[in-house]
Amino acid sequence: MTALVIAEHDNAHVKGATLNTVTAAVACGGDVHVLVAGSNAAAAAAAAAQIAGVAKVLHADGVQLADGLAENLAAQVLAIAGDYSHILFPATASGKNVAPRVAALLDVAQLSDVTKVISADTFERPIYAGNAIATVQSSDAKKVLTVRTTGFDAAAATGGSAAVETIAVAGDSGKSTFVGREVTKSDRPELTAAKIIVSGGRALGSNEKFMEVLTPLADKLGAALGASRAAVDAGYAPNDWQVGQTGKIVAPQLYIAAGISGAIQHLAGMKDSKVIVAINKDPEAPIFSVADFGLEADLFTAVPELVKSL
Amino acid sequence: MKVLVPVKRVVDYNVKVRVKSDGTGVDIANVKMSMNPFDEIAVEEAVRLKEKGVVTEVIAVSCGVAQCQETLRTAMAIGADRAILVETPADLELQPLAVAKILKALVDKEQPQLVILGKQAIDDDCNQTGQMLAALTGLPQGTFASKVEVVDGKVNVTREVDGGLETVSLSLPAVITTDLRLNEPRYVTLPNIMKAKKKLLEVVKPADLGVDVAPRIKTLKVEEPPKRGAGVKVPDVAALVDKLKNVAKVI
Repeated sequence: MTALVIAEHDNAHVKGATLNTVTAAVACGGDVHVLVAGSNAAAAAAAAAQIAGVAKVLHADGVQLADGLAENLAAQVLAIAGDYSHILFPATASGKNVAPRVAALLDVAQLSDVTKVISADTFERPIYAGNAIATVQSSDAKKVLTVRTTGFDAAAATGGSAAVETIAVAGDSGKSTFVGREVTKSDRPELTAAKIIVSGGRALGSNEKFMEVLTPLADKLGAALGASRAAVDAGYAPNDWQVGQTGKIVAPQLYIAAGISGAIQHLAGMKDSKVIVAINKDPEAPIFSVADFGLEADLFTAVPELVKSL
Repeated sequence: MKVLVPVKRVVDYNVKVRVKSDGTGVDIANVKMSMNPFDEIAVEEAVRLKEKGVVTEVIAVSCGVAQCQETLRTAMAIGADRAILVETPADLELQPLAVAKILKALVDKEQPQLVILGKQAIDDDCNQTGQMLAALTGLPQGTFASKVEVVDGKVNVTREVDGGLETVSLSLPAVITTDLRLNEPRYVTLPNIMKAKKKLLEVVKPADLGVDVAPRIKTLKVEEPPKRGAGVKVPDVAALVDKLKNVAKVI
């Protein structure tokens, strides 16, 4: 039995999500290999080789792999899939984009958002926006999984010394081209890895107010900024700040929800946070049912006051 | 240009589901069912493409029990021209790989230039079917779409990804999955609901399409997630800071 982790990387570094996925792979039993598929990605491959618990790194390099196009990355994984009993992707946008393509090409089922590995063929995963946890067993010879990174500790980034093997790069499908990217630039910690998150809802009223009121609090706490779907839909925050069932799943040490009502779908994304604080002037807001500490107050008064007292 | 739009009948998004006490699953008896919200967005996008003159026919498809006909009538009320129900018995659990295989058989038959699906169903939260269909048909995929533009025999798809947005250009035919902000679905009007009753709804079985729909994943048990302890309300900011520093010790 050997597991293959498809690394999430930017060609220069390996991303944190890969480390949590390695932990899940180790739990499946057997050796763990990592595939680094990219363009001029030798640095990322070298970094992957240092992850504790990794026995081997496979490095495929080509311009057709530069931008994570699903058709090409799936073909690359298929080229080596024969050797593996388990193929794991982090449940990131990229992992979720590619994993099912690989599974279908292998004619096997795929398990999404695995939160626990019980045994080589049995796993736990959330369903119905996390209102139920299913224990599922796959009867396929190969298991293809996406791993919910908040369910597994990160493997140590150093301490490993795997060999890096260069493998043949799969061809370009020719059916898709990367056109461009608009990345939200930020000095803040990444939302899915942040220890503290300050999150705002539609009550903030505008993009200007959202930033004006919440940024000082996030700065004071060294926190990432998150948002509810309503706030993003209204244009108060960028789409990649959305926390929820179909957005980012987070589990920080501290989650502060300001002006967020707490719809089922939002809770799905943050209810595994260690400590939840809710600031909302509506005493009936559902967010108070999951909050450890609830402050019934107008956030436009309470948040600046909170910033001052920190 | 034909567009195929698969739609799923799911527990309504407002319903807070309960886990059955025997641990075999979630209790959905007598619970309100609706079209998966992401699939509504898919139908809306297909209909808008038709209204723009890019698309000539929108075909809605659903797989499951006979009541899925209601979901298909809703799709036709939004503007789909006709519908296909691939009917399966209530005790068969249709999983994404099986649905993708059914859809592949329909794609082979109908030859649409676009298949637009919701990115994930809000019941199983799998987020797989569109990508699997693309793989089985050898087509390119544009997932988590927040914008779709058909231009010169290609489709440009702007996708919501972890760091922001990215745009890919796909040759046609292609598979697209919708994300929340692609569009806001229209309200169905009574006249359109009445018109939808007269539109063609064809019923077929997986065997007619030569597809094996047996599930590959077995659910051993379903449980409630760990409960959080009850929280407390704090009277003011000072009390909150005190709790965070001295009780929870998170700051």
